[in-house]
Amino acid sequence: MRMELRLAGEGGQGLITAGIILAEAGAKYTDLNVVQTQSYGPESRGGASRADVIISSDEIDYPQVKNPDVLVVMAQEASDKYLQSVKNGGTVIVDTTYVKPVPEAESQRLKVIEFPISAKARELGREIAANIVALGLLVETTGIVPKDAAVAAVLDRVPKGTEELNKQAFAAGVEAAKAL
Amino acid sequence: MAKNQARLLQGNEAVVEGAIAAGLRFFAGYPITPSTEIAEHCAAKLPVAGGKFIQMEDEIASMAAICGASLAGLKSMTATSGPGFSLKQENLGFAVKGEIPCVVVNVQRVGPSTGMPTSTAQGDVMQARWGSHGDHEIVALCPASVKEAFTLTVEAFNIAEEYRTPVVLLLDETIGHLREKVILPSKEELVVKDREKPNVPPEQYKPFAMDQGRIPGVPPLAAYGEGFKFHVTGLTHGEDGFPTGNPAIAEKQLRRLNEKISSNKKALCKVEKFFLEDAEVVIFAYGATARSARKAVRDARAVGIKAGMLRPITIWPFVEDALLEVKAGRPKAVIVPEMNLGQLVLPVKSVMGDSVPVIPINKLAGQLITPEEILSAMKEAV
Repeated sequence: MRMELRLAGEGGQGLITAGIILAEAGAKYTDLNVVQTQSYGPESRGGASRADVIISSDEIDYPQVKNPDVLVVMAQEASDKYLQSVKNGGTVIVDTTYVKPVPEAESQRLKVIEFPISAKARELGREIAANIVALGLLVETTGIVPKDAAVAAVLDRVPKGTEELNKQAFAAGVEAAKAL
Repeated sequence: MAKNQARLLQGNEAVVEGAIAAGLRFFAGYPITPSTEIAEHCAAKLPVAGGKFIQMEDEIASMAAICGASLAGLKSMTATSGPGFSLKQENLGFAVKGEIPCVVVNVQRVGPSTGMPTSTAQGDVMQARWGSHGDHEIVALCPASVKEAFTLTVEAFNIAEEYRTPVVLLLDETIGHLREKVILPSKEELVVKDREKPNVPPEQYKPFAMDQGRIPGVPPLAAYGEGFKFHVTGLTHGEDGFPTGNPAIAEKQLRRLNEKISSNKKALCKVEKFFLEDAEVVIFAYGATARSARKAVRDARAVGIKAGMLRPITIWPFVEDALLEVKAGRPKAVIVPEMNLGQLVLPVKSVMGDSVPVIPINKLAGQLITPEEILSAMKEAV
């Protein structure tokens, strides 16, 4: 088993954090091997930002993702840049708050999940939790790590005082995936 | 939910964990991407471990501060990236000359100058060797995984302490920022070495003695504050530490300074051999590039190419002996992938001579060399 995942958007959307949380859930709560890498610019906000996670039953040599099995995109630029790199039959999770619907040529070869991720987080109280809504969608869709492992990893990483918001955000993502 | 023993740890974090496990008690630094997490974690963890963290005004002062702390008896470290590593060179030379144990971490990014701060590179390999002036030896270690970032940091401190020398820990941005699932060795599994202290009364102590110490040429080091009064200077000095213009003494001291490292290459030079026994094409790769090489070797073996990898874990001193063994196996080629313009190609060629072709693969713009790129070079070579 080997799954390669990419979470891409703009700096400040928390996608690197989401990648770390997903990797941590895999590392601490499963027997699988995990690596996580990232790419970001010198800016502290804005600019393209990306987190890659590989979860595998084998040793992971080359740590970078080239053709992901799963792609989460939360900015149009990220969608334009990475959609084509997803493996045939792979899954793409699109935040329709910021990203236009997936072009038909791509949607025919991919499993497309479209949901207003950031808008949902805003509705829950703060858009900053959009990354955790995305994580809920991803975990429910892929089953790559157990849900309670993901929630435990979320609570390990998020700032004190935001636990409830983040639990709700994760649950909202899971519900959205179930409903689709 | 039940946790297992493993952790998700970043390379830079692993350096700090390794350093503290090895006895780090003083860190001075000036944060710079992509090494910043080392300073951050030292700031958080070192005071809890009974140590001191200081953010200095710049890299020059940081290097000076760790020299001072080490002479006062504390295991000391600083961390930086290319631009800061340039600034540290003068005082790094001072640490070489004063025989001051310390660890200098350089998480490499694309240079020259400020370059590409968040992008990976291996462009400081020769700077680590020759960034400071004058004839000197340097020890530089290069981890290829998060776990190794931990174990080699412990090793770096052990070498620094045993040989009274600065040790450069040369990461690349990929390994520094990589997070991996790791189970770290327990305290009981770790070997931690401390510098040898003098066993003579203070008035007889010679801090730069020619013929004392467990390792020949490495004199015991007293700590300031323990009653031993001694002088440390960058000027060439005699056994008592005071400057000398006497050519006979200077020659002896300078040779001892170099030979304490160069005559111990067997102990210092560590390599990993991966499928080397019957290899017809050998990759010589280090750091993150070795991860790509390892995948390329597996992929090559799967299509019937007898590939192997020699990975220098110690970059300096250079691993000539291991390369001589490779040469004796008469491979069709040695491929040297590096995220620089081929800084280790010439040292490899100097061992291989004319009998084995040495093929470089080079990238400069912050992209990891891929397994496919190495595999296609192998296919061409065999």
